[in-house]
Amino acid sequence: MNWKLWVYLQETPLFWLTATLAAFLIADEFSKAARRHPLVNPVLIAVALVAALLKLSGTPYKIYFDGAQFVHFLLGPATVALGVPLHKNFALVRRNLAPMAAALVVGAVVAILSSVVIGAWAGAPRVALVSLAPKSVTAGVAMAVSEKLGGLPPLTAVLVILTGVIGAVVVTPLMNALRIRDYAARGFAAGLASHGIGTARAFTVNPIAGAFAGIAMGLNAVVTPVLVPLILPWLIR
Amino acid sequence: MLRGVFLLLLCQLVGEVLARGLSLPAPGPVIGIALLAAGLALWARRRPAADADATDVGKASNALLGSLSLMFVPAGVGVVQYFDLLTAYGVALALALIVSTVLTLLATVGVFLLVKRGSAP
Repeated sequence: MNWKLWVYLQETPLFWLTATLAAFLIADEFSKAARRHPLVNPVLIAVALVAALLKLSGTPYKIYFDGAQFVHFLLGPATVALGVPLHKNFALVRRNLAPMAAALVVGAVVAILSSVVIGAWAGAPRVALVSLAPKSVTAGVAMAVSEKLGGLPPLTAVLVILTGVIGAVVVTPLMNALRIRDYAARGFAAGLASHGIGTARAFTVNPIAGAFAGIAMGLNAVVTPVLVPLILPWLIR
Repeated sequence: MLRGVFLLLLCQLVGEVLARGLSLPAPGPVIGIALLAAGLALWARRRPAADADATDVGKASNALLGSLSLMFVPAGVGVVQYFDLLTAYGVALALALIVSTVLTLLATVGVFLLVKRGSAP
């Protein structure tokens, strides 16, 4: 290929924006072919494809992000958009207010506490622990929390995605083994522990589980940003 | 659709201004969620039969939430900058993620069921 043309392409936002969408569409086809198996996660595959392309072409992340930032920007408004499912299920929220409020607070505290304590015990450095603490909450919010407290937002994004995949893989066999048949409770746990990826999984299992997962994800997006700055100073200094 | 996108951006903008101006612990988009839900609740009060999905903001929200996965990709690719950190502490991070996620699922479902049974008449 013409060298000047490649230099132009590599530095234009258009190329990397197009590459991001292409990688995601390819990854989504893989996920469809695997019948949406939780292990074949489209985000993980797309990230791997783009990262490989950056390594092969020797492109710095900053140049890539100049193009990809247009997609990244949409995370903010998409997070605000969670207000719509929250509003739609408000009657359901009110009927289960007591169990949800208790499970929300306990679940959010366990998520933060256990990840930081285990990470610290296993020898992860401070910056990784701060990036790890908000891992159960949806990416846009988790990254904002991580940035505010001195973590690395891109590392948080990857840890958030991995948490989602782990939750989506584990939740159904775990709940079946415990013989829990209350789909409101199962869905609420899935959404709280593993945000949007867990919610998508809950919807494929049962519609009530999906609705409660969505509510848990939305509520945890409000509670975890308040709890992390309160809990973290007690665990690491 | 355009009006819906405008409302989402407006909620986020007001959320950011409140979060920074009052130094609240919650990030701007999270305050935006609360503003949007509160706004919809006020709007629905006068229209008991109305469907939030059919509104401009409902359509814009559902379109964005339908492509939510894609929006994680640019940030996720940022991992190339921290490859050394991830390979050095990969085991610690993997252990923390797996054990913590299982504990969170168990604690959440357990407390939910306990309180539900306790509060049932």
